[in-house]
Amino acid sequence: MNEINLKKIDFPTVLVVLVLSLLGLLNIYSTIHADNLETSLSLDNPFGKQAVFILISFIIFLLIQILPFKFFEKYASIFYVFSMLSLLGLFIFGKNINGATAWYQIFGFGFQPSELAKPITALALAKFLSDLNVNIRTIKTQFYSFLIIFIPILLIILQPDPGSTLIFLSFFLVFYKIGLPSIYMNLFIGFLILFFLTILLSKEIIVISILTISILMIFYSLSKKKSIKKIIIYSFVFSSFIFSVDFIFNNIFEQHHRDRFNIVMGIQQDNRGIGYNTNQSEIAFASGGLFGEGFLKGTQTKGGFVPFQHTDYIFSAVGEEWGFLGASLVICMFAFLMLRISKRAELQRNLFSKIFSYSTVTILFSHFFINIGMVIGLVPTIGIPLPFFSYGGSNLIGFILLISIYIRLDSERTSKW
Amino acid sequence: MKDKLLPILIISSAVIFILRLFWIQIININDVQILKRSSVERVYQYPERGYIYDRNNALIVGNESFYDLMITPKDLTELDTIEFCKILKIGKSDLIDRIKKAEKFSQIKPSVFLSQISKKDFAIIQEKLWKYNGFSINRKTNRNYLNNSASNILGYISEVNDYELKDNSYYESGELIGRQGLEKSYEMSLRGLKGVKYFQKDKFNRITDSYKNGELDTLYIPAKNIDLGIDIDLQTYGDSLMINKFGSIIAIEPSSGEILSLVNAPSFNPNLLIGRNRSKNYLKLKNDSIGKPLFDRGLQGQYPPGSTFKLVNGLIALQEKIIDDKTIISCNEGHFYSRKRFMKCHCKIGTKNDLNKAIYNSCNTYFANIYKQTIEKFPSSSTGINNWKTHVESFGFGTYLGYDHPIGRKGLIPDSNYYDRWYPNRNWRAATTISNGIGQGEILTTPIQLANLTAIIANRGWYKTPHFVKNISNDSINLKYQEKKYTSIDSIHFEKIVQGMYDVVEKGTAQNAKIKGIKVAGKTGTAENFIKINNKRLQLTDHSIFIGFAPKENPKIAIAVFVENGYWGTRWAAPIASLMMEKYLKKEIKRKYLENYILKGNLMEEYKKPYLKSNFKINE
Repeated sequence: MNEINLKKIDFPTVLVVLVLSLLGLLNIYSTIHADNLETSLSLDNPFGKQAVFILISFIIFLLIQILPFKFFEKYASIFYVFSMLSLLGLFIFGKNINGATAWYQIFGFGFQPSELAKPITALALAKFLSDLNVNIRTIKTQFYSFLIIFIPILLIILQPDPGSTLIFLSFFLVFYKIGLPSIYMNLFIGFLILFFLTILLSKEIIVISILTISILMIFYSLSKKKSIKKIIIYSFVFSSFIFSVDFIFNNIFEQHHRDRFNIVMGIQQDNRGIGYNTNQSEIAFASGGLFGEGFLKGTQTKGGFVPFQHTDYIFSAVGEEWGFLGASLVICMFAFLMLRISKRAELQRNLFSKIFSYSTVTILFSHFFINIGMVIGLVPTIGIPLPFFSYGGSNLIGFILLISIYIRLDSERTSKW
Repeated sequence: MKDKLLPILIISSAVIFILRLFWIQIININDVQILKRSSVERVYQYPERGYIYDRNNALIVGNESFYDLMITPKDLTELDTIEFCKILKIGKSDLIDRIKKAEKFSQIKPSVFLSQISKKDFAIIQEKLWKYNGFSINRKTNRNYLNNSASNILGYISEVNDYELKDNSYYESGELIGRQGLEKSYEMSLRGLKGVKYFQKDKFNRITDSYKNGELDTLYIPAKNIDLGIDIDLQTYGDSLMINKFGSIIAIEPSSGEILSLVNAPSFNPNLLIGRNRSKNYLKLKNDSIGKPLFDRGLQGQYPPGSTFKLVNGLIALQEKIIDDKTIISCNEGHFYSRKRFMKCHCKIGTKNDLNKAIYNSCNTYFANIYKQTIEKFPSSSTGINNWKTHVESFGFGTYLGYDHPIGRKGLIPDSNYYDRWYPNRNWRAATTISNGIGQGEILTTPIQLANLTAIIANRGWYKTPHFVKNISNDSINLKYQEKKYTSIDSIHFEKIVQGMYDVVEKGTAQNAKIKGIKVAGKTGTAENFIKINNKRLQLTDHSIFIGFAPKENPKIAIAVFVENGYWGTRWAAPIASLMMEKYLKKEIKRKYLENYILKGNLMEEYKKPYLKSNFKINE
C-alpha cells in the first residue's frame, strides 16, 4: 500500500467499468418502470438495491488496491477450498429459486456463491500453473488443472445451473494460451462446428464432405507422411463424433434443450412458447431502430413485455431505448475493456499475474458472448448475466473482485520481482 | 495464432454482434414484425365468408349472424334485474354468477356474458340494451347450410389448430378455417383476406390511440362466392333414393366433367358440424362404426368394379386388335382358362357370343378370354400386363384423378411388379391373373373412377377431370379442368361398346333401367365382397353396381351407382341410376312404381349381419 502503486492503476479500465455499471443502473431504472425516483431508491426494488451494490463494489475495489501484492497468490488455495465448501453447503442450506439451488439467503439478501467461485477459481489456477515445477504439456499437470475447474463445474451442474458451467469451461482458453497442446483446441473447435452442422444438415452429407476434404488434403501433402496419419485420425474422430452428436441430441438432450437449439438455428419457430423471450427481445431491438426510442420511452421496456429484462435481458432495454448506436457503443466498450486487459496480460512478466489476467478476459468474454448472443437471438437461451450491467449483487461483486484483483496485479507490472 | 487468439475472438464476436444489431435494428425492420409486438393491439375485420351456389344458382351455403352479449364490469350501474333476467331468459343466480366470472377475468376488458344469441332473441335484447350500462353486442357469423344434404361435398369449417398456426402465418388462434371438403379446397377464395387496424396500448393493456395514425392499417378484401356444378335437386333426390342403403351415386356431365351429384349414404346434416356442438356431433358421427357417415364411399371407397370393367377390357382388346366386332367366342356355362381351372358363366352350353352379345349378356368367358389374349399377345406376361395397365390408367384408374376435393383414394391396378411380389419365382402367367378380365381379382376402383369411365365412354374416348366448382365469383376455374384428356383407345372403337351398353338396357341384364323416350346405355356389375372381422375373412352379400349414361347420342349425364351388399347390379343400382337420369333429364318421375320400390328398399339387416353372433346366409 503505497502511493506509487496507485499512480500505476489502469485508469481507463476503471473508467470503462464504472461507466458500464452506471449505464446498467440507468437501464435497470427503465425496466422497473417506477413512478418517481424517490420510491425507486428504496431497498425494496432492484434499482435501489443495485445502487447500493455499486457503492459496496467501489469500497471492495479500494480495499483490494491496498492489499499486498503477494496476498492473492499466498491465499489462493485457501480461498479455493472455502469457495468449494460454500458451493457444497448449498445442498444443505441453499435456497431453491427458479429451479436451481444456487442461493444462500442471509438477512433478506440472496447470495450466489458460484459468482464468487469464478474469480477464486481463476486465482487457484493461476497459482497452480505459475509454479515453476509444473508444465501444462505434461499429462499430470493437465489432469490437475482440469480437476481445479471440474470440481466447481460438478458442484454447479448439480444445482443445476448449466449457464455458469459454461463459464468454467472457458478456462480451457487460458490453458491453451499458456501452452496446452493445440490438439485439444482443434478437437474442441472442430466438435463445436460439427455439433451445429449435424443439427442443421443430415449426418451423411457431413461425413461425406469430411472424407472428401481429407482425401484432398492427403493428395496435397503426399510428401509428409506424418500429416497424412494426422488427417486420417482427425477425419475418423470427427466422423464418429457426428454419429454420437446425432445420438446425444436426440436421446440425451431434453425436449426444451432441443427446442432452444432449433429456434436459434431457425429450424423451428415458436414465438408464443419457448421462443417468447427471444422474440420479445428482438422486437425491442427492432423498435429501437437507429437512434432508439429514448430513455424511459421504449414501449416494450415500459410495457414489461420482455421477461427477465432487468437481469439477463438488460441489453434489450439498451437496444430499444438507445437504439443501434447505443447498443453498438456498449459492445465497443466491452470489446475495448477485454482487448485492453488481454494486451496488458501479454506484457505481464509475472506468470501468476499473467494467468490471472488471461482468466479475467476469458470470464468476461464468455459472459459477454453468451449473454449478448442470446439477447439478440444468435445463441440458445442460457441464463447468464451481462457483466457490470445486469441487476444482481452476487454477480456484480464477483466481477468487481475479478477486475479489482486484475488491476491490483497489473499495477505491479513494471516493478522488479 | 496463440498470441492473437483472444483479440481475434473479441473483435470478431463484437463485429458479428454489431452486424447482427444492424440487421435486426435497421435492415430487417419490417413493419409487420414490429406490429406483432405486444405493445401494439391488432383488431381484425373479417370479410363475410363466401357463399356457395348450385349449378342453377340456388344458394346452398350462406352465413347466419349470431350475437355475443359482452360485459365490461367497470361500467356496470344499478340494473333492473327482474327485467334483465326476463329478456335474457336466464335466472337471477345465473346472472350473478356470470357477472362474478366476468369480474374475475377483467374489470376493464370486455368478456363474453352470453354467447350465440339467435336473431330472434337478439331483437328483444337490442331494444332494451340502452338501459344497461356496461353491456355491448358483438356480432359474429356462422356457416349456414341450407339443405340437409351434400355434407360430404361441402365439408365444414372449424377453429385453426396448433399445427396450422405454426405452418401458416395468416391465421391467428380462434379463427376459422375450412377443415374438410370444398370448404377446405377453396379456403383461399371463400375466406377473402382479413383487414387489420393497429392500436397503441399502455402497460395495462388499455388501448390509448391508433398506431402511427393508422397509416399501416389495411382494409379487408371480400371473399369470393363459388358456383358448383352440383344440381342440388338431383343431389337431394339421390339422398332420398339411398335411404336405408349404404353406397354412393356419382353423376357427371360428360361434356364438361362437372359433377352433378355425389351422394354418399348414409349421409348426415351438414349443420351438425357448425357452432358449439361440432365436436360432440363429430365424435358421434365418427363412432358410428357400421354406417361410417364420415367415410365418403364415392371418393374413398375402393371396391372391385365387377362386370362394369369388362367394357374396359373390351376396348383394350379392340385397340390391340385381338378382336373386332365380329369375333365369336363360344361359352359352355363357362370355360377352362387353363388346365383343370374352370371359370363359370351363366351362358347356356353352346352359346356363341360376339362382342355386342357378350356385353349385354355379360359373358365371363368372352372377356376372360380376350383379356388373356391381350396379355399373351406379348412375349412375356410382364410386358403384356404392363401394356394392359398403361391402357387402363389412361382412363384415370389407379390415380387420384385430380378433382378439387381434398379426399380420395387411388384404387389399385396391378402390374408385373405386383405379381412378382406375390409369386417370387415369377411363375405367374396371364391365366393367373384371369380375374382381372371380369373386374374381380386384384383390381380396386373408386366409384368416382367408374363414373369417370362412364363419362369417357359417353364422350367416345375422352374426359375432362371431374370437378365440383364451376365458377369462382364469375371467374373461370383452373384450366386443368377444361382440358380434354384422351385415353389410349381410338375413338372409333367406342361406338361398338356404346351399342353393347344400349343393348344391355334394351334386351340385356338391365332392362329395368329403360326410360320412355330416352335412349339409355348402361352396364351392370356385381362385385364379390369380403371383409375382415377379428382377422377372419368373411364373405358378405355382393355389391350391386351400375354405370350408365343417357341419352345415347349427345349424353347429358353419366352415372355410377354403387349399393353395398345390394347383390346383383340390376337389383338396386340399375333402377336407382335410371331414376336419377329421369329426374335430371325430365325433372319428374313417371315410373312411380319403380320409385316406390327403391324408396322402400331397406338393406339395413344386411349390414348388421357380420356383427351378429350367429352364422348368416349371403346373397339371398
